Amino acid sequence: MSTSQTTTSEHHPALAHQFDSMEQQQDASTFGMWVFLLTEIMMFGGLFTAYLIYRIKYYPAFVAGSTSISVSWGFANTLVLIGSSFTMAMAVWAAQTGRKKSQIWFLIGTMILGSVFLGIKAKEYYDKWDECHIPGHIIGKGFNTWGGCSATNKSLGNIAQEIVERGENNHEEIPLGAATQTAQQTEIFFSFYFAMTGLHAFHMIIGLGLLSWLLLRASRGEFSGQYFTPMELGGLYWHFVDIVWIFLFPLLYLISRHKGGI
Amino acid sequence: MSTAITAPAPVMPAKHYLNDNYGIRSWLLTKDHKRIAILYLFSISFFFLLGGSFAALIRMHLLTPNGELFSADTYNKLFTMHGVNMVFFFLLPSVPATIGNFLVPIMVGTKDLAFPKINLLSWYLYMAGGICSLIAMISGGVDTGWTFYAPFSSGYSKTHVIMMAVGIIIAGFSSIFTGLNFIVTVHRMRAPGMTWGRLPLFVWSNYAASLIMILGTPVIAITLILLALERGFHIGIFDPKLGGDPVLFQHMFWFYSHPAVYIMILPGMGVISEIVPCFSRKRIFGYTFVAFSSIAIAVFGFVVWAHHMFVAGISVYSALVFSLLSYAVAIPSAVKVFNWTATMYKGSIEMTTPMLYAMAFIGLFTIGGLTGLFLAALGLDIHIHDTYFVIAHFHYVMVGGMVTAYLGGLHFWWPKMTGRMYPEAPAKLAAIITFIGFNLTFFPQFILGYMGMPRRYALYPPEFQVLNVLSTAGASILSVGFLLPLFYFVWSLKYGEIAGDNPWKATGLEWETTSPPPTHNFHQIPVVTKDPYAYGEEGEVPVVH
Amino acid sequence: MSDHTHSHPTPGLYLVIFLALVIGTCATWAIAFVDLGIWNPVVALTIAVIKATLVILFFMHIYYSSKLTKLTISAGVFWLMIMITMSLTDYLTRTFLPH
Repeated sequence: MSTSQTTTSEHHPALAHQFDSMEQQQDASTFGMWVFLLTEIMMFGGLFTAYLIYRIKYYPAFVAGSTSISVSWGFANTLVLIGSSFTMAMAVWAAQTGRKKSQIWFLIGTMILGSVFLGIKAKEYYDKWDECHIPGHIIGKGFNTWGGCSATNKSLGNIAQEIVERGENNHEEIPLGAATQTAQQTEIFFSFYFAMTGLHAFHMIIGLGLLSWLLLRASRGEFSGQYFTPMELGGLYWHFVDIVWIFLFPLLYLISRHKGGI
Repeated sequence: MSTAITAPAPVMPAKHYLNDNYGIRSWLLTKDHKRIAILYLFSISFFFLLGGSFAALIRMHLLTPNGELFSADTYNKLFTMHGVNMVFFFLLPSVPATIGNFLVPIMVGTKDLAFPKINLLSWYLYMAGGICSLIAMISGGVDTGWTFYAPFSSGYSKTHVIMMAVGIIIAGFSSIFTGLNFIVTVHRMRAPGMTWGRLPLFVWSNYAASLIMILGTPVIAITLILLALERGFHIGIFDPKLGGDPVLFQHMFWFYSHPAVYIMILPGMGVISEIVPCFSRKRIFGYTFVAFSSIAIAVFGFVVWAHHMFVAGISVYSALVFSLLSYAVAIPSAVKVFNWTATMYKGSIEMTTPMLYAMAFIGLFTIGGLTGLFLAALGLDIHIHDTYFVIAHFHYVMVGGMVTAYLGGLHFWWPKMTGRMYPEAPAKLAAIITFIGFNLTFFPQFILGYMGMPRRYALYPPEFQVLNVLSTAGASILSVGFLLPLFYFVWSLKYGEIAGDNPWKATGLEWETTSPPPTHNFHQIPVVTKDPYAYGEEGEVPVVH
Repeated sequence: MSDHTHSHPTPGLYLVIFLALVIGTCATWAIAFVDLGIWNPVVALTIAVIKATLVILFFMHIYYSSKLTKLTISAGVFWLMIMITMSLTDYLTRTFLPH
């Protein structure tokens, strides 16, 4: 065995057998996480592409749909998520600089903000159900038995009626047939709204699970300047989810807002 | 008195990755990339046999023009299950997950892949996806075609589309994790001295295929998720009656599924790039060109997808662009064919079984590739789209190309993986039978397609019967060719000649360790100083069989 | 001896980036109510891209990372652009008529 002074990283308990050094492990793991985030970019990207095509095709309906979701809640949620990204970055910094208490508090802060985000999202989803804006005839019919939207296919008819009424408010004549077609197209907007925010929320929930696991490990004092890779990877994942929302907010909530209401 | 110096008889190493640990737990919870490769080998062989059985049923049904064997609905299920099994559960993982998993770490000179646990997870995901697919099959199958075109799949088919879609999504994640592992391993875990320019071309090919796995697979995942949502909740994304666009499905589907065919073929081309220099006893011609052609195929493969949609109603101007780019993507493949051929020119050819498969590959892949150009021409495609011409084209590249390369690779590296040689005579016989059977099956289909026989039809006009019968006859021969290796490979595990470290006198780090390799691949991490493919130098003794 | 070889941002820098992101969000929200016609989505998405870039560069440490990592993220964005633009070449040119 060598008698020279070797750094303790060679015998670090967290060094996996396939790696030669902690540095190689950190490098490879971070790179691996970035490659995984590439797959997430393409997955959300597919949704964004489809959304873009329909937005161009059915622009007025998308305006109607976007106007009917609350920009205030969306704005608040954006700030909440950006805040959680800040606390997450601070948590990684605290781990890297060996500050155990700060790590834990920043992680908890991130989780609280993430939960607030999901809570606001749940409220928004409830509002949509209450207004009969849930897309799909199966759900529309199913929800009928729970009360709220009481007519069959009211989801479609309700939006069509709203379009006619808004037209009357703006002194425009909108025939019901055209309104129904626009309503069908608006349903497609809501399909994308739920698919995109739903997939995003799903990733947030997984993120909260990851953060809990990191919290557990942080509270056991596992992280330090020599080994904080899991925190770094958790941070990358969380920031990515934040970035998706940074794009979702203007794309879903701010279509032609200057004409609509709050 | 003989003055020849005989080499000592090869021995099996006492301890290697197969006997290092016993028991089912040591296999099902293994982190060793070599064991995971063997697990994959078993699984994909099962799906190959399953997909092949469906093919046999299809060919039997097509013996007569009136479709007397199965109803049209059942026939739809047969070709769907054949396609789904073969594409998603056999072809996509075949070389990367078996030969690639086994060899990539050894070829770059390291102990394991970057993330061994994720590698094992990848196999479990594959099995989970496979089980979903089997459930869908047993519950009555799917009849939409492996392409799942909407709105039939999202609104009208009465079969278990969602279960099958879920299986494919899960298998897709398996593929993503394999690709992720390869990319990180090749970038970050090469042995000292192993520069990019010294990597075996097999590694370059698997790396390029991994790029496609990472960038393409997520798109089919989201496409199938949207399909499932539309089917389950009747939202209009692809169904025109609900305001959706069926062509959008095709765009999203083919954005992945076209590059997917390059995921399938690139590792096969990597195998050929290893076999040809070895059995020509000559350096590969144009290493740099072959290496970069893999990357070029991966990149170009992403911008040609709408050539599957020329008659679907896309804009003519867009079709022009995609047609032109489809011609461009053929160029890097042609570069490889030229380089392999140039490697063989003036080489000392040894007609071993892997070399027979490699030579078959070069010829059959060229035919398949050239017929792809026929399909890329807009005017011609209007005539031959959705005919047997397309079927013949992709079977030439996938079976004549990919499966041939896979079998060649299995034979080439069988001694390394098991420590034993397969029996050469039955192997050569199987290769020849496969070649004859393959051509008899699929060449008539080019003619059928050109004459106008549509694909996915349970009935056909009687004037096409002779060619169909020839095709079915070929299929029966082909099946013999494919089944023979199953028997002699298993036989060789007990009775095969002991191989030794390097029975082929090949270059490459994998041949410098024992057969089978130890669990950590090398007793000592190698330091690389030579360029790869240093054949025909320093008075090497050629292999005599 | 410290083991990490790359530098990392300070809390001060994180705070600055955070405030920039908040300002960007407020700007996006406010500008949405001003009629800029065709430029509304352009401005909103431009601000979004700037915000995302800040998160990537500093929160996700790309500024301090290897060339490989920078190349990886660029490749991802590039591939997304391929998917979007080439799909659009179909949809946007369907009604072109030759003169």
